[in-house]
Amino acid sequence: MKGYDLSELALRNLRESVLRNSLTTLGISVGVASLVAMLSLGIGLQQLASRRLEKSGLFDTVVVSSRRDLRGFSREEERNGPAPAESPTLDESARQAIEHLPNVREAYPDIRFVTELRFQDKPHLSMVAGLPFSAKNNDAFDGMQGSFFSSESVPEAILQKSFAEELLGRRGEEDDNVNVADLAKPLLGKEFVMRYAQRMASPADHVEAGDGKQAGSPQPDEGGQAAAYSVVSKIETLKIVGVSDLDPDSMRGAARARVFIPLRLAQDLHVMQPSDLRDTTVAAGNQPAYTTVSVRVTSPTKVQPVEDAVKKMGFNAFSIVDATRSVRQFFAVLDLFLGIFGSLALAVASIGIVNTLVMAILERRREIGIMKAIGASDADVKKLFFAEAGVMGVFGGVAGVTLGWAIGQVINFGTNVYLKRQHFPPQQVWSVPWWLVAGAIVFAVIVSLLSGLYPAARAARLDPVQALRYE
Amino acid sequence: MTATPDLSSPRNRPTAVLTDNLCRHYHMGETLIRAVDGVSFQIGSGDFVALLGASGSGKSSLLNLIAGLDRPTSGAVIVHGRDLAQLSREDLAKHRLHTVGMVFQSFNLIPSMTLMENVELPMRFAEVDRAKRDALAREALDRVGLAARMAHRPSELSGGEQQRASLARALINRPQLLLADEPTGNLDSRNGTEIMNFIREFNQTLGMTIIMVTHERTLAERYAKRMIFLADGKLTGDQIIGPPNLAGIAGGNAEGERL
Repeated sequence: MKGYDLSELALRNLRESVLRNSLTTLGISVGVASLVAMLSLGIGLQQLASRRLEKSGLFDTVVVSSRRDLRGFSREEERNGPAPAESPTLDESARQAIEHLPNVREAYPDIRFVTELRFQDKPHLSMVAGLPFSAKNNDAFDGMQGSFFSSESVPEAILQKSFAEELLGRRGEEDDNVNVADLAKPLLGKEFVMRYAQRMASPADHVEAGDGKQAGSPQPDEGGQAAAYSVVSKIETLKIVGVSDLDPDSMRGAARARVFIPLRLAQDLHVMQPSDLRDTTVAAGNQPAYTTVSVRVTSPTKVQPVEDAVKKMGFNAFSIVDATRSVRQFFAVLDLFLGIFGSLALAVASIGIVNTLVMAILERRREIGIMKAIGASDADVKKLFFAEAGVMGVFGGVAGVTLGWAIGQVINFGTNVYLKRQHFPPQQVWSVPWWLVAGAIVFAVIVSLLSGLYPAARAARLDPVQALRYE
Repeated sequence: MTATPDLSSPRNRPTAVLTDNLCRHYHMGETLIRAVDGVSFQIGSGDFVALLGASGSGKSSLLNLIAGLDRPTSGAVIVHGRDLAQLSREDLAKHRLHTVGMVFQSFNLIPSMTLMENVELPMRFAEVDRAKRDALAREALDRVGLAARMAHRPSELSGGEQQRASLARALINRPQLLLADEPTGNLDSRNGTEIMNFIREFNQTLGMTIIMVTHERTLAERYAKRMIFLADGKLTGDQIIGPPNLAGIAGGNAEGERL
C-alpha cells in the first residue's frame, strides 16, 4: 500500500472511534508536554546561569600571573615549576610577548588598587580598576547608562551601580531592585576626586621620567645599585560618564571593582601595586611589573592552547573554562534527571497507545479479516496499525509541544510576578529551543511507533478464516 | 469480452483449479476435525461450478483453500498453475488480490466505509493509481446498478444492494476466478435471483471461472454448469448439468432456454 493511502486509511480509522483515540492522543500530548516542560526548565536555568557567566566577559580570557608573586594554582606546578626567584617578571616586555602568541587578541595588565575617592566632599573607599578600551564592545556593558570612555586615557570613570548608590547615599535601602537609569541621572557628568599613592623610582635609576628604556630590572646583587623608590600622594579629578548595572559578585579578576577608569590612564598614574611591596627589586625598576595580565583569546575554544603557551613561558595561567566545566557537568546531570522524569509520563502514555490499538484489533477483527480476504498482505495490515500509532504520535507530539510551551509561559509569568515582588529583574527561566520542539515531536512519534509494534504484529498475524467466522 | 469458440467446451479449456488429495484437518479440543479430507478434482477455466453439501460438509473450507485464505494440511491446490500450498504468506496475499474475487453470505463490506471506498479498497492494496481508481470504482458500481448509492454506507442499503456492492468489489482487480460462499443465503428470492443473474453474466460475458458454495440444489441446477457434492469433507459426487451455454447468449435468455 502506498504511503498516502496508508495515512488516509489510518486517519479515517482513527476518526471512527474518535473519543478513544483522542483520549489516547491526549495522553501522549500530556507526556510530551511534561517532557518539554522539564527539559525547557533545565535549558532555561542553564541559559540563565551561563548568561551571567558570559556577561562577565571572561569566557575567552586567560589570567596570567608571575610565579614570583604567586605560586602555581596546583601542587604539581608548585613542585615542578621553576623556583619563584628564577621565574620571569611579568612586565611590559612579557606582556608584549604574550600578546604576540597565536590566537591572542590582546593582553592587558590588570591594574587595581583600593583608594579614597571624594565625591561632594565625602570620602569613600573603593577598588578602582583599569578597564581596557576594548571592553567597550563587551556584552558586559550592555546594560550601562551613559557612555563608555571617550578615549583611551581621558580622566573619566564608570561606576558600578552599588558604588553609585553609595555616592548618592542610598546605601542600605531595602529596595534591591534599583533602576540604574535613576541612579545615573544625578551622577552623569559630575566629577569626583581620586587620591592615590604614586610610586616613583629612585632618582639613581630615574634617568628619563616615564619613558626609560633600560633593559631589565636592576638586580641588587649585581651592580650595587640600590633598589629604591619613593611613594608620592597624588590626586586626580575624574568625570563620571557611565553607571553600569554589573553585579560585582558575578565578576572575576579585573572586573571585580566598583569604579573603572581607562586602562591607559591607570597605567600612566603609576599607582602603587600590592606587588610593589612584595618584590622591591621589581618595584625599584623603571619598568612597571604587573600583578596579573588578562589575555583575551580569539575564541573560547582557543583558551587551552594559549594557557599552555603562557605556562611554557614560565608564568601561571588560569582561565574560567576550568571553572565552568563543573557547571556544565552539573547541568548535564540536571537535564538528564529532568528528562527522565519528563519521559515517565510519556512512558505511561505509550502504554495507552498499546492498549488502544489492542482494543482496536479486537474491535476490528472482522474488518482485518475482510481486508485480508480481499487481498491485503500481512505487511499492509501491519503498516496500517503502525500508521495509526504514528498519526497519534504526530498529533500527540504537536499538541504536547504546544501544551508544554503554554505551561512554560504560565510558569515564566508566575516566576516573574514573584521576582518582581522580590524586587529582582525579570528573567527568562523557560526556554523552548527549536530543536526541543522538533526533538519532542520526533520522540513522540518514535515512542508511538514502538508502542504500535506489538499490536501491529498481532493484527498482521490474525487468521482471516477465524476472523471471518464470527458473525 | 466473449469467449472464443474453441474454448466453449470445458474439456478444451485450460485448467483453472486443480486439487489433488487435498486435506485440511484441524483440532478442536481433543477431536480431530477433517474439514476437507482427500478431495481431488479439476475445474476448467470459464466453468461455473456449484459446491454442494450440508452444513459442516467442508465446502466453505474447500473454498477458503482455493481462495488462499487457508493452507492445506496436505495435498495440493493448484490455481492457474501455482500450488498455493507452496506460496509464501506474501504471495498468497497477492493471489487473493489479483487472481480471486470473493463474495460472502454476510457481504463483508467494511461498515465504516462508503460503497465507493469499499470498492476502491482492493485497488489501494494493489497500488492502483489514484486517478484511475476513482473511474474504475464508479464503473464497477454502475455495472451493478449502484451508481446512485456510491456515497452511502453499507448499513444504509438493503441486503441485495450490499451484495451487489460486494460483487463490484470482488471484480475490481479483474480476477479470473470468482469464489462465492452462499451468496444468496441472506437474501430474499427476488434479490437472490438478481445476484445470481449478475454472477452468470460475469461467467458468460467475462469468461470468469465461478465456484459457488451453496446448499440449495435448485439454485445450483438453475445456474451452474457442474455440481460437486461434498459430505464430511469427502467428494461424493460430480455432475455436469446439460451442455454449456454458448457464448454471446444473454443471461436472461439462457435462463429461459433452460426452463
